[in-house]
Amino acid sequence: MRNGPTWFNVTSIALGFSFLYLPIVILVIFSFNESKLVTVWGGFSTKWYASLLHNQQLLDAAWVTLRIAVLSATLATVLGTMAALVLVRSGRFHGRSLFSGMIFAPLVMPDVILGLSLLLLFVAVDQSRGFWTVMLAHTTFAMCYVAVVVQSRLVGFDKSIEEAAEDLGCPPAKTFFQITLPIIFPGVIAGWMLAFTLSLDDLVVASFTTGPGATTLPMKIYSQVRLGVTPEINAVCTILVCLVTLGVIAASIATKRQQIQREKDERAAFGAD
Amino acid sequence: MAKKPIGPVRRVFAPWKDPNAVPFIEFRNVTKRFGDFTAVNNLSLKVYEREFFALLGGSGCGKTTLMRMLGGFETPTEGQILLEGQDLAGVPPFRRPTNMMFQSYALFPHMTVEGNIAFGLKQDKMAKADIEERVQEMLRLTKLQPFAKRKPHQLSGGQRQRVALARSLAKKPKVLLLDEPLGALDKKLREETQFELTALQESLKMTFMIVTHDQEEAMTVADRIAVMEAGEIIQVATPAEIYETPNSRFVADFIGDVNLIEAKVMETSEAGTKLQAVGEDFQIETSQKVGVNVGASVWYAIRPEKIRIVLGEEPLHKVNATSAVVWDIAYLGDVSIFHSKVGEDHTLRSTVANVTRLVERPISWDEQVVLSWDGDAGVILTS
Repeated sequence: MRNGPTWFNVTSIALGFSFLYLPIVILVIFSFNESKLVTVWGGFSTKWYASLLHNQQLLDAAWVTLRIAVLSATLATVLGTMAALVLVRSGRFHGRSLFSGMIFAPLVMPDVILGLSLLLLFVAVDQSRGFWTVMLAHTTFAMCYVAVVVQSRLVGFDKSIEEAAEDLGCPPAKTFFQITLPIIFPGVIAGWMLAFTLSLDDLVVASFTTGPGATTLPMKIYSQVRLGVTPEINAVCTILVCLVTLGVIAASIATKRQQIQREKDERAAFGAD
Repeated sequence: MAKKPIGPVRRVFAPWKDPNAVPFIEFRNVTKRFGDFTAVNNLSLKVYEREFFALLGGSGCGKTTLMRMLGGFETPTEGQILLEGQDLAGVPPFRRPTNMMFQSYALFPHMTVEGNIAFGLKQDKMAKADIEERVQEMLRLTKLQPFAKRKPHQLSGGQRQRVALARSLAKKPKVLLLDEPLGALDKKLREETQFELTALQESLKMTFMIVTHDQEEAMTVADRIAVMEAGEIIQVATPAEIYETPNSRFVADFIGDVNLIEAKVMETSEAGTKLQAVGEDFQIETSQKVGVNVGASVWYAIRPEKIRIVLGEEPLHKVNATSAVVWDIAYLGDVSIFHSKVGEDHTLRSTVANVTRLVERPISWDEQVVLSWDGDAGVILTS
């Protein structure tokens, strides 16, 4: 076996990365374009970022999106965690397969169908569409992602830890909040972040279920792009990319640190023996 | 009936022999079924206060299920479980005066050692100062003071085991349930901990109930052992009784090493019983009286260390003695085990303590030997 990268490896890595990230790099570069024309480079400038701050419509849309994302992610996390608990813990109850199938169906269901059916439902119950309907719609599809994430955390959970808590005099509900929840918390948080991101960048379901005064950022961007891509949109998107990247990096650094600390602790413990 | 700690004179602790003794824990015709599978089958058992009681059996014999029913984690399908005369039916685990030490230890990973030990006390709404005091007491008892602020993943296996023990003892339960508590420890640590457990039980004057598949462990720690098989108790007795007078071939075979000789009853009298080994030319005479007829098939069980082995051609009388040929020798350091062929298809095992440092074996392979034993050293089994 030869050490060091071969030309084949280097090429495949370069190709892979450019395929994934070239579009984003171009977007970021053109967000600093002096010229108003997206395809012509007119020199470096940050003026589009400045003008963003004065674009009240975009700022409003961002604010709506953020509120919807936080609310729906939280609600989806509560519901998804409950669903995961039922699926992992309740053993084999009547209709379990149906329930688990139905929980995971939205994962593969096309967004268009999900959006349309939700729209039909809101129309049927005569619910005027707006902020709350988008929020509910996002909760609906985000909760199954949360259920999947939390479930994977629960599968490796030693049930006797809960039994131990009950054995020591802790009633079941209290056991859940004092023992189970803290232990599965990383999974719950991961589920929340996933739900938050999904809500943040959803376009299809939101466009079906929204109403006046509740335009989300992806919808706003999409509608502006149809009138022509402006460097301003590039700037918004660059900010979004940066936010997401920072979040991912922070999360992975935290996980890595925790792991290193844990390994160190374990070495210390066994060394002390 | 007090059980005294180690002292010059140890009084006999045997409440099970006293017909007036009130059982502390009582299983009355308890059955537990999981679907079609019967884990515990119509089982009755009495355990007395301050007893160290062991449930011993192979995997799937129902011993853990029996203990979990006492802890409240399983509900009996039929029958009753009483603690101090009170029926435990419908009492959830968090209201039972029993505490359990789990096989996996089940420590709370997000709490320190102190937090783990204090958890049960906090549930009782104990005053803060009292909790602190009790936690310190438990840390002292289990020699865990230096690790009080550590989390479970920062501890070694032996330390975790002690945290689990301290946590289950902290509430001073009426009964401490131990589910294979030492299974995850290495042999040396396990043996040490076994003695610590007995000492602890005697000093705390509590009732302990242990589930184990390790017969040595059960014999070391327990006052009485219940040998279980297929959801039923085969024999309940003290370790010595179980070893010396097993009531069935199963128990004899399960506990320690044993030679089982198939025999026919030749003669029964006031003096005892005479047996003829099936397919062999020797007889067995014992003072044991069995309630079976002449001609009945029985088994004679004798432990290997009770069979003497000497070089020689033929015994004088083939009664409680037979000639044999050494077929295999296993040298284990402290003892040697001789497998000797008696006739064509029977082998008898005999253990000899290596009291002198042996360089050359006094008895070697393929040598003619005489095996002999005291008739009362073994026991006649009818089942």
